[in-house]
Amino acid sequence: MAEAVREFTAIGTRPIRPDGVEKVTGKANFGADFSLPGMLYGKVLRSPYAHARVKGIDLSEAKAMEGVFSVITSADFPKENPSDMSCNILAREKVLYHGHALAAVAARSQSIAEEAINSIKVEYEVLQPVLSADAALAEDAPLVDENLRTNGDESFMPSNVAATVHYERGDVDKGFEKADYIVEEEYRIPSAHQGYIEPHACVADVNEKGRASVWCCTQGAFEVRNYISEVLQKKISDIKVTPSEIGGGFGGKTVVYVEPVAVRLSELAGRPVKMVMNREEVFRATGPCSATVCRVKVGANKDGIITAAKAWMAYEAGAFPGSPVTPGCMSIFAPYDLKNFVIDGLDVLVNKPKVAAYRAPGAPQSMHAMESAVDELARKLNMDPIDLRLKNAADEGTEAPYGPKYPAIGLVECLKAAKVHPNYVNKPAKDVGRGVAVGFWFNIGMQSSAEIWVAPNGAVTIMEGSPDIGGSRASMCLMAAETLGIPYDSINAVIGDTESTGFCNLTGGSRTTFATGLAVVRACEDVIAECKRRAAMTWDLDTEQVDWENGFAVPRPGVNIEAEPLSFAELAKTAGRTGGPLVGRASVNAQGAGACFSVNWTDVTVDRDTGKVDVQAFTAVQDAGRAIHPSYVEGQMQGGAVQGIGWALNEEYIYDDNGVLENASFLDYRIPVASDVPMIDCQIVEVPNPSHPYGVRGVGETPIVAPLAATANAVREVLGFRINDLPMSPPRVLEALDNAS
Amino acid sequence: MSRFGYVAPKSVADTIHLLHDCETRGERAQILAGGTDVIVQMRTFDREPRTLVDVKYIEELNRVSIEDNETYIGAAIPSGVLNENQKLKSLYPGLLESADLIGSTQIQGRASIGGNLCNSSPAGDTIPALIANAAKCLIAGTHGTRNVPVEDFVTGVGTNCMTRTEFLLGLILPRPRPRTQDAYLRFIPRTEMDIAVVGAGVSLTLDHDRVCTHARVGIGAVAPTPLLVTKAAEALIGTQCDETSLQAAADACRAAASPITDKRGTVVYRRKVVGVLCYRAGVIARDRILNGQN
Amino acid sequence: MSKVHVELNVNGQPEEVLCEPQQSLLDLLRDELHLTGTKEGCGTGDCGACTVLMDERLVCSCLVLAPEANGKKVVTVEGIADQNGLHVVQQKLLEHAALQCGVCTPGFVVAAKALLDKNPDPDETTIRYWLAGNLCRCTGYDKIIRAVQDAAQELKATTTS
Repeated sequence: MAEAVREFTAIGTRPIRPDGVEKVTGKANFGADFSLPGMLYGKVLRSPYAHARVKGIDLSEAKAMEGVFSVITSADFPKENPSDMSCNILAREKVLYHGHALAAVAARSQSIAEEAINSIKVEYEVLQPVLSADAALAEDAPLVDENLRTNGDESFMPSNVAATVHYERGDVDKGFEKADYIVEEEYRIPSAHQGYIEPHACVADVNEKGRASVWCCTQGAFEVRNYISEVLQKKISDIKVTPSEIGGGFGGKTVVYVEPVAVRLSELAGRPVKMVMNREEVFRATGPCSATVCRVKVGANKDGIITAAKAWMAYEAGAFPGSPVTPGCMSIFAPYDLKNFVIDGLDVLVNKPKVAAYRAPGAPQSMHAMESAVDELARKLNMDPIDLRLKNAADEGTEAPYGPKYPAIGLVECLKAAKVHPNYVNKPAKDVGRGVAVGFWFNIGMQSSAEIWVAPNGAVTIMEGSPDIGGSRASMCLMAAETLGIPYDSINAVIGDTESTGFCNLTGGSRTTFATGLAVVRACEDVIAECKRRAAMTWDLDTEQVDWENGFAVPRPGVNIEAEPLSFAELAKTAGRTGGPLVGRASVNAQGAGACFSVNWTDVTVDRDTGKVDVQAFTAVQDAGRAIHPSYVEGQMQGGAVQGIGWALNEEYIYDDNGVLENASFLDYRIPVASDVPMIDCQIVEVPNPSHPYGVRGVGETPIVAPLAATANAVREVLGFRINDLPMSPPRVLEALDNAS
Repeated sequence: MSRFGYVAPKSVADTIHLLHDCETRGERAQILAGGTDVIVQMRTFDREPRTLVDVKYIEELNRVSIEDNETYIGAAIPSGVLNENQKLKSLYPGLLESADLIGSTQIQGRASIGGNLCNSSPAGDTIPALIANAAKCLIAGTHGTRNVPVEDFVTGVGTNCMTRTEFLLGLILPRPRPRTQDAYLRFIPRTEMDIAVVGAGVSLTLDHDRVCTHARVGIGAVAPTPLLVTKAAEALIGTQCDETSLQAAADACRAAASPITDKRGTVVYRRKVVGVLCYRAGVIARDRILNGQN
Repeated sequence: MSKVHVELNVNGQPEEVLCEPQQSLLDLLRDELHLTGTKEGCGTGDCGACTVLMDERLVCSCLVLAPEANGKKVVTVEGIADQNGLHVVQQKLLEHAALQCGVCTPGFVVAAKALLDKNPDPDETTIRYWLAGNLCRCTGYDKIIRAVQDAAQELKATTTS
């Protein structure tokens, strides 16, 4: 932990990102910006039903159409043991949600592709759709998948419950007996969409030997390569994926939809194929997050010590298993040091699109429940909500509800910082309600590679594989500048394709600055070791007799030699004579990502005649471990806050009785606009992560977690009663006001 | 989007001719002004015209004239342009505000009052404000032009009184009497970018004793068409538009409403809020007069 | 339904293009002129990623048909910087780290520049409402608004000094 007390020169500064100019001038190439000569346009046919058996598909008219080069269905995918992803990309016997893809065409122009799609005739046997967890769990519910058995246990009857999750510790019954106050409530949240502004897009080109080149917007090029390989049963070595700039993902671009389809269409057409989803397709057929039902019971004694907590939650998975119910269960009590608890979770199939990760997947929903219940507990105890949390806060050494003991974490520091923050000390005006909540995310490590290439003039190129979704190139360059001791401006970071950089897991789980950053630091250290070797050679010393200080090779103190320090630039310039170009590399499977906690509070007003909630102020305090580029840390906090506010107030998937999504547009899926929100005040707390050389914790996921309950708690304060379900949209708030009066 | 031919006639006569030709051939023609509704609907195959008739190059649809007793506003003038006309803004602040509420700055660069009217959505923002201002629609057809009171223009969800060989030239608004002001309010869940869940436009005339002598109230998104609510106006006329009479007007709006529940709001919500907006718009119009904005 | 001939001026250059009538101005810019800086986020005028200036007025280029652009003067994000370098709005967006993924940025650049051309001293509320048609899902708008405020200050300083 020597770095914790060290003064940094690069880390903590706020330079302009290396890819900035391209992004403000329109030169940066995103998913839909790539083209190839002779390129065709692909288009997908989607189901008009939420649940139906496909009796037949007539492709003849489409195939005969002038300008159409290839037409495919799932019959053109490998037939044996298709994965869920394969069946999601092109439906097999049944279509499982409105918008489920079941055929695709490639044609000379978009309009011909559209006409060809419209000419395909499908015969359906319409089945009853299952449209909520409640409906799916009902005794005689129709089955989304007739072969699905809970936890894969063949001794069970088929069910819509794909999996169960369970955690417990201590004795909850005894714990509740010791409680003086108990809160027990049920909270419901509908699906929300990640809402990235760039729709999914790709170009695929398969050559005569079956080798596929794919350009796409993704959070992880190597995962796309794996998925294409898996879905099409193609050799990994026959697939090259080049990630474009990515126009937002938030978890939604960790999976594939159009890429394997484009590859197959290209393979059959013998031409490159471009596929770009429209916004309606994005809403109907790409991963929203789980709709959830959470029941929480939490008890505390009169001193405010939580004596027991119990949770039950059902997470909608969509049409295939795989909701984030496990992280939902793991997160719900994570901020608290609990002796007695029980957590149960269900992964439930419904006839809706397969859910995908959305920023801290699973945590916002379950923690909205707990943080709302804790707020009620604070009211019963007549205790400041931050004080109540401080009394029960997890800290270093606390056993996390999901098992391991926390190393150094920053929850207590965040709570203490919040308590004395001017925005918290200043009490809200009359008719303004304040709500507080805590956020959490585990963070992940996983695999990353990095190379450092040094040019003869001392300029450095970092080659790495983490798509830059929020300024991570700048963080990589700052960590390299700090480690090498050279100016930030002399470093550039390049995101490689799957054949120009080592394997790298996707950008997600808040791992990039931590894990890829670690690889970059290690690669820089590799270069430094080489620089020291070259300097030692020049000075005729042993390598061990050379130190690296602020960008210079210097003889170690006590080494008896008259030598001018050799700068990084000089070593680079002479590298040709001292053994060839300077190159460093490293690969990691990073452990110890370091959990990230936050405290948020917001001040709101409610128009009692229209039910409209107005967010007047919002403050986020969050532990970043170490803020490499503070502006981009704040950016994560601010962006997550506004996504959370949107989810709390207006965002929801609205289905009709047949399972048709009624608001598949930015017009009616209402993400916050600039005039909806105030400035988001940020305070970064730094409790260094012991597992990273600079103390980095991932900061991207946590910010979306606390705003849901913070907003709900603020509305509770204004109204004098609680609205348990989200979103707190005007009709829901007005109805609640009517019922209350 | 289905394939179509694009034409941009320069005169009313040419346009009528074109529409007539299309009708004779049995082909669907579609008038295009700002396109902010029409192009979206064509992209989703909700409109599939064979011929798209761009009327933005016709002088009559781009002209504003403010005369002593009436004002003419060309149907195709973008709202962003209208809102730069200070004279118009001072005469009909509520109407101009209603036009200014439609969509973003970008949409304002294209969307027109005439287009909003011809789209004939129950939720069209300018329509209740036009109703409050007693606007008349100037419609051109094969037999010349005709005038239709704006409250009679929209006949159902997305339908209006024009035949396929007619098109809207512009709107004629009476010059406001002395001490007359209007206001329009709509409710949306966000602050911008939404379709009105409820809308209400009010125009009031007060005499020097602050007594209301004329009033018109229009409401939107609470029935298949925007409505003129005569009873709300009657509740205000003869009063000082105080709390009691504004409340009575609000109740009249609620009684006139026959809303539906959809993704944007519920029956109960819309009925309640239409009264709230009528009340609040009434206060704004009244205070505009009392504060001497005339 | 043959193609139509469209003549327009884009970023100061005269251009001639053959288009299908159902192509949008956005398609024309991206597919025919290969100016891919202007982005498509929704195709319905709800996100502002495709914002351009047409005859000096902001429009969503996805809601302009290619033939409608005939004879028009169009400015895209590629036409905002000049030989002197980045426009102050672009520079301030960078300095404030006001972009994360950057896909909405071209629309914000064009819209914010248009605002400052029209109103050199907008307050926060004015900026927020002017930019309400430009969706950003990454930043929560905070740094974008501050960048535009800062750009306005800088423009004022350079014009008064």
